[in-house]
Amino acid sequence: MERAIITHAHSDHARPGHSSVLASPATLALMRARLGADRAGGSQQALGWGEVIRVGGVEVSLAPAGHVLGSAQIVLDHAGSRVVVSGDYKRRPDPTCDGFEPIACDVFVTEATFALPVFRHPDPAHEIARLLASVALFPDRTHVVGCYALGKCQRLIALLREAGWDAPIHLHGALASLCAVYEDQGVHLGPLKPATGLARDALKGAIVLAPPSAVTDRWARRLSEPVVALASGWMRVRQRAKSRGVELPLVISDHADWDELNETVDEVGAPEIWVTHGREEALIHCVGARGVRGRALRLVGYGDEDDEGLGPEEARAADAVDVLA
Amino acid sequence: MIAFADLLERLVFTPGRNAKIALLRRYFATQPDPDRGIGLAAVTGELSLTVAKPALIRDLAASRTDPALFAWSYDYVGDLAETVALMWPEAETNAPPPTLSEVVETLEGSAKADLPSIVSAWLDASDASVRLALLKLITGGLRVGASARLAKIALAEIASFPVDPDEIEEIWHGLAPPYLPLFAWLEGRGPKPDPLHAPVFRPPMLAHPLEAADLASLNAADYRAEWKWDGIRVQLVATAEGRRIYSRGADDVSAAFPEIVEAMAFDAVLDGELLVVRDGAVAPFADLQQRLNRKVVGAKMMRDYPVAVRLYDILFEAGADLRPLPFDERRRRLQAWYERVRPRLMDLSPMIPFATLDELCAIRADARAASIEGLMLKRGDSAYVPGRPKGQWWKWKRDPLTIDAVLMYAQRGHGKRSSYYSDYTFGLWRRDAAGADELVPVGKAYSGFTDQELGWLDKWVRNHTTARFGPVREVEKSFVLEIAFDAAQLSGRHKSGVALRFPRVARLRPDKPAHEADRLETLMALVENRPSGVQQAA
Ligand SMILES: [Zn+2]
Ligand SMILES: [Zn+2]
Repeated sequence: MERAIITHAHSDHARPGHSSVLASPATLALMRARLGADRAGGSQQALGWGEVIRVGGVEVSLAPAGHVLGSAQIVLDHAGSRVVVSGDYKRRPDPTCDGFEPIACDVFVTEATFALPVFRHPDPAHEIARLLASVALFPDRTHVVGCYALGKCQRLIALLREAGWDAPIHLHGALASLCAVYEDQGVHLGPLKPATGLARDALKGAIVLAPPSAVTDRWARRLSEPVVALASGWMRVRQRAKSRGVELPLVISDHADWDELNETVDEVGAPEIWVTHGREEALIHCVGARGVRGRALRLVGYGDEDDEGLGPEEARAADAVDVLA
Repeated sequence: MIAFADLLERLVFTPGRNAKIALLRRYFATQPDPDRGIGLAAVTGELSLTVAKPALIRDLAASRTDPALFAWSYDYVGDLAETVALMWPEAETNAPPPTLSEVVETLEGSAKADLPSIVSAWLDASDASVRLALLKLITGGLRVGASARLAKIALAEIASFPVDPDEIEEIWHGLAPPYLPLFAWLEGRGPKPDPLHAPVFRPPMLAHPLEAADLASLNAADYRAEWKWDGIRVQLVATAEGRRIYSRGADDVSAAFPEIVEAMAFDAVLDGELLVVRDGAVAPFADLQQRLNRKVVGAKMMRDYPVAVRLYDILFEAGADLRPLPFDERRRRLQAWYERVRPRLMDLSPMIPFATLDELCAIRADARAASIEGLMLKRGDSAYVPGRPKGQWWKWKRDPLTIDAVLMYAQRGHGKRSSYYSDYTFGLWRRDAAGADELVPVGKAYSGFTDQELGWLDKWVRNHTTARFGPVREVEKSFVLEIAFDAAQLSGRHKSGVALRFPRVARLRPDKPAHEADRLETLMALVENRPSGVQQAA
């Protein structure tokens, strides 16, 4: 693209090779760390919260989306009407990023990753308490938690710190560099250590964070009788958790749940919403009953990195056929 | 119910046996009476509370949710109770979630018409995890990811003094929820409960597998021989207070075999093998499977799959404990008892006369009936001791059969093996309709390989994957496994028409081209459905 405005640095939203990129300062820093300074966009322009720039006849500004560090909603004003593009967002407090700000608008373009009433995320502190109770019950085992490198990982660390876990948290190699960017951006994560290069016994009773793909794969063989956990909004549905071979599913998500999607639509007061990124039909049906017009907007490439760990492959797992019968 | 719901949730996802025991132990050690006793009953399958039909749950959902949203959600989740548990709207309430005992007591004393309002008030006061446990409990759909045996091991571990799980097993069926005297005994607050004349389970005596090295050390005159039958081992317990059929694992399977219960008009505890027997001939194990795990057994089922018990030991006779007697004496008592009582649907497992071990080897080698797994050797002077005492009883299986099969699919294992592709589906060649060769899957093997071979196979699977279906990978049809199995039996439930008993990997055959693997016809020739040559008991 000639000119791209990026909501946040997840790979399904921040693609390499645009000639000019506009984003929040933290998003630009994360993109440089992930893509390399040269592929993160020809010219990069940082826009702080509330700063306005004109692009053509449109006034553009960014507002926090509460999804991950630097994540933004894009606010577009033109001729007295306002469109807000939410990007991915959540409404729960998150010590690792600025909280979502609802902005009154005429058209609200919303994500819908968890747009079914079965998705209601519990209090994350409750999920962390379950993790710590399990660590106490199995002191000789390593608890390995599957989580995404950008956002989920740092939020889990922050939640563990809030719950009083002061010990070093061990990281898979793929997670370390983004934690360093968070630290640079002023988000303090406490003592972190690599999970590799240690004797098996050294990780007894420890908490290890790793990408979801690693927790049940060969990488995890180095751990001491691991309790495999996975932090994702999808863990709410048993079959999903079962098919991943997860022993301790933790329902912790960086997306709005069903109630929050609906509350947010009501709060921004837009008469029309465009729904991207997930299951449109239920949300459109539900806001329709409240007099809001909904349209499904199919975007390219949605639903990869921060889809919270379950791509089409895992969806099929639930239907894996018994070939003998 | 919070702790109970949490226990259920963790048990469902926890693969490891020791971890399951730890979860159960924590539950029993920390929860108050009578709740933990009700939880124990739920885990051991002693709590049957089917008070609500799925229709009640549907109606409740309809009263609180939008029908279109419910339909999409149900379609996504795939389970009615779970859908309702997850989407039930959060209500403003100060009421605490119900306790387990409160749920059970209330349901027992309530009229059907009051159920909807009672249940919805509970759902309002609960979170999703408690709601799910509650809905599963009241519809009888509770699945517990742990066996009754594990619960008893966990109970033994919370005791304030050394207790063998078998001690709990022996009094178990004389107890009832919420098991207050049991917990009082385990915690040193009360005497050991005495089952008196209740039809309780007696932990069985088990045999060691006989290896070639053991054989040489045996003195033929010390041992008695019987066939090892391919059925399920059962314990028939009939006292003045009731009749029960227990599986080897202490499960009460009486309901699945009502005709046997009816035939138990005596006062004795007997050890034997449950078999499907037609016209005096033992049917394949697959037939017996048709009768297992059924809650209700119809007349047609009893006619099509007629069962009988082949007796081989007597533990109690008219209240007298015969277990300390030597095997020879118990056998004499069993025969005398059988002559006198003549119970229907039961016969005696015959003794096999032999003079030398060589003779016994020949008898074992000749036994080709599918209903026979091999031989049992029991010391003539052995008392009946629970567990697996050394050198008393031996099981001596027939040599396995083998085929060379082609690896077709591999699936990830569980627990310690979850990072390995350790479950292998293998197939044999046959001619398809167009006359071309095709592979048809014939079985799955999870064992028989060394850790080193597992590592090697795992790598091979990853490097030769042609398609992925979640935890399953389809692989190039180019690797041959030598599969060992105990018997091949006809099966209408398998695509190949044949089922293998205890298939395992005998050897990896990287040297063998796939097209030289065996054909389905070769396996079919090994099918043994008639137990010819086996003497029937009188
Ligand atoms: Zn995202
Ligand atoms: Zn996204």
